[in-house]
Parts: sequence; C-alpha cells; structure tokens
Amino acid sequence: MTNAAVYFDTASAEPLHPAARETLLAALEHGYADPRRLHGPGRNARLLLDNAREAVAGALGVRRDEVTFASSGTRAVQRGLLGLAAARAERGRRIAHGAVEHQAVTDAAAWWGEPLEVGVDAYGRIDLEAVRSLPSPTAVLALQSANHEVGTLQPVAEAAELTGGVPLFVDACASMGRLPLPDGWDALAGSAHKWGGPSGVGVLLVRHRARWLDPFPAGDPFARTDEAVDIAAALAAAAALQAVAAEGTEVGARQRALIDLIRARVAGIPDVDVVGDPVDRLPHLVTFSFLYVDGEALVTELDRLGFAVASGSACAVDTREPSRVLAAMGALTHGNIRLSLGREATRAEVERFLDVLPGVVRTIRDRAGL
Amino acid sequence: MSERRHAFDDRTLDCRGMLCPAPIIALGRMLDSVPIGELLAVAAEDPAARHDVPAWARMRGQEYVGEEAAEDGVPVYVVRRLS
Repeated sequence: MTNAAVYFDTASAEPLHPAARETLLAALEHGYADPRRLHGPGRNARLLLDNAREAVAGALGVRRDEVTFASSGTRAVQRGLLGLAAARAERGRRIAHGAVEHQAVTDAAAWWGEPLEVGVDAYGRIDLEAVRSLPSPTAVLALQSANHEVGTLQPVAEAAELTGGVPLFVDACASMGRLPLPDGWDALAGSAHKWGGPSGVGVLLVRHRARWLDPFPAGDPFARTDEAVDIAAALAAAAALQAVAAEGTEVGARQRALIDLIRARVAGIPDVDVVGDPVDRLPHLVTFSFLYVDGEALVTELDRLGFAVASGSACAVDTREPSRVLAAMGALTHGNIRLSLGREATRAEVERFLDVLPGVVRTIRDRAGL
Repeated sequence: MSERRHAFDDRTLDCRGMLCPAPIIALGRMLDSVPIGELLAVAAEDPAARHDVPAWARMRGQEYVGEEAAEDGVPVYVVRRLS
C-alpha cells in the first residue's frame, strides 16, 4: 500500500469524519436488525435509523418525512429523478438535464428513454433561456447544485422559477454539507462519502407536496421508504453531516481562500486553462488544464511527489473519452487535474504543491519538445 | 472527393492513431513554420481533438476555422495562424 502524503481528491471521496467514526463504532453494535420488525432489536434499529433521519433533516433544514436513505449517491439520484418522472407518465419520458450533469444523472435520463441536453456557458452554468423554453411535454428537469468537476454553482432557484411547472430534480452530491441547499427543488440527492460519511449511504429528499412514485419494483410505489441500508453507516453519515454543517462556515472560508491562492498562482504558469467560475463556486475545488501535457503523466508524477489529485483527461480514465464537462464548456480536456481540499488542508501543503507544480509541468513539456 | 483541394492540404498533419495531447503537440510544433494568415490542419481520430484543437486555438490566440473530413472519413481540424 502506498500512502499519498497530501490528499487533494475529497470530491471523489472524503476521508471519514471523526464524528462519523465514533458514531459508526457505537452504532455497529445495535443497528444490525431489520428496522421493520416488531421485536426489540428491530425497534433498536428503527430508532437508530429515525435518529439518523432526524439529524439529516436538522442539518439540512428540511422536514423529517422528506428524508429517505438510499444505498448510494447514485441510487439516490436514480430514485429521486426517475421517481419524479414516474409520477408524470402522462407527460412522456423526456428528462431534460444540464450538459455538465454527473453521469449518474445522464445515464438515468438516457435509461428513461428521452434525454434532452441543455447547454451551458464557458463556466459550465446552465443556459436559463433554454430552461425557460423547454419543449412540451418535459417530465422533469435535472440540474446539479454545483458542478463536481469544475465547482461552478448552478442557478437552481432561478431555473426553478423558469420551468413553467416542470418539476426540478437537484443532484446536490457535490455541495451537500458544504453549502446550504438551494431553493426550488422537488427532489434532491446527496452522497455521504462526499462529506465525510461512510460510502454506501445516499440521501434522497422528496418534498412532501411533490408528486413522486417509486420508479423501481416496490410493494407500494407511493411509499417513500428507505432502501435497505446499513443503519450504522446511515447514522454515521448523519453525524458527519451535522459536524460538517456546524463547522462549515469556518472550514469553507479557509478552503475558499486556499483555492483563490491556487487559482492565482496556477494562472501564472504558461499555457494553462483555469476552468470554472472563480467566485460563484464550491469552496474546496478547482480544475485546470495544461496545454501539451499528458494528464496521466501529470497525475502519476504528482503522486510520486506525494500529492493525490484527480484528472478529467481521457488518458487518465478507462473509457479514453475526455471529460464531458470540460468538453461542454469548451475547456481544454488534456493535461487536466482537479484539486479538492479536505477539511484539514493547510496553507503549507498547498504552498508545497504550488512550489512543485510548475517544474512538473515544465518537465513533461520538455519531454514533448515544447 | 479526391479532386477537391484545400488550402491546407500541404499543411495537414497526419495524427491518425495518436491520442491527445499528441495531435495538439504536433500542431504546436508546426505553427512556427506556417506564415501568418495561412491555414494549417490536423487529421486526428482521437475524440478529444474535437475539443482540444479549438481550445488550443483560443489559448494560443489563433483562429479555429472548423472541421472537415479527410477522404477516409477521419476528421480534419483546420486552424488559421494569426500571430
């Protein structure tokens, strides 16, 4: 096992928050039973799950009966988005979505039958004029709260005003726990391992007044029930969410300043595309692409130097397709890296990274003869 | 198709089979040998080139002219040297 000294990839998965670790250990002992059973251990499990629901509702400022747990963030997206569509069978199978949505959303929309992509600007922000003129009928509009690759915040509340009654699904996986929920959604999904909870826990919110039907085989399709989840993990996810929401402003401000520093210093390296909205963005994340640089070489060399970062370049992923997000924005897709800071990221770590980065880029360009 | 001649035919890089950033590196290397105002092009199958040639032109202050197809159907991305 190799250990990267500095982990700058929390947008892929955040390490377990200390609050989650404590809760997980305590809950493992009591949360094993089926919460639907009427016996004592079942009631204990039910109690833990309801505590988790209460904590999530409190941290997010929503009603308890609007919170359900899913077995992953992807699953919460599928159930939330397709559940809104399933409740509107009379409006056909068209699901409109922003061009830079997460693959969980685009795959679900395609699977439903009639996906419709809505364009974005150079920052990756959705075209509100296109939202205003969605073709009729459209069953659902899916719009993320913030982009998972470049950090740009989406105008969710404004979009919700313009859909002309088309319900809005929000994929909030990138921002949940870091920023308050936007207004205007009918269903919304989050993923615990993006905020420091365990993996394998998704959160699905469905507004109590929204029309929603279980899109998958279910005894009672109207029931807004939890998926079979690891109850201890759900409780740990809730504890982590409470903790990050409580420390959010302070951590967010620190991360925001560090990202500003990174954006400014990286912009000084020749031939770089620093991507996404510089201001209206996630606090902890930044993406940039270096001309003439191979993304895989960049990630590998940074890993060797002790920095773990992600890349949206085609050479760094198994599909060999470039990032749809970068492509839709007109950004350079090769030589790309994404940095996402953890809650304990320090200025010293960031400075160390910024000190080595120009040399790494120069070495790779030298090898290419440019 | 074969008699159609383009102004960039003599300055079209053959980057078939290459993965990005190789076609873009080839463009970057060729640029200096092209007179200002003239066209150059790159034939590339890698889907990333469709996005990265226009992005390269934007970042290097050159003009992205558009996409053509070579006789074998491979996309050819055309650029004009501005500086």
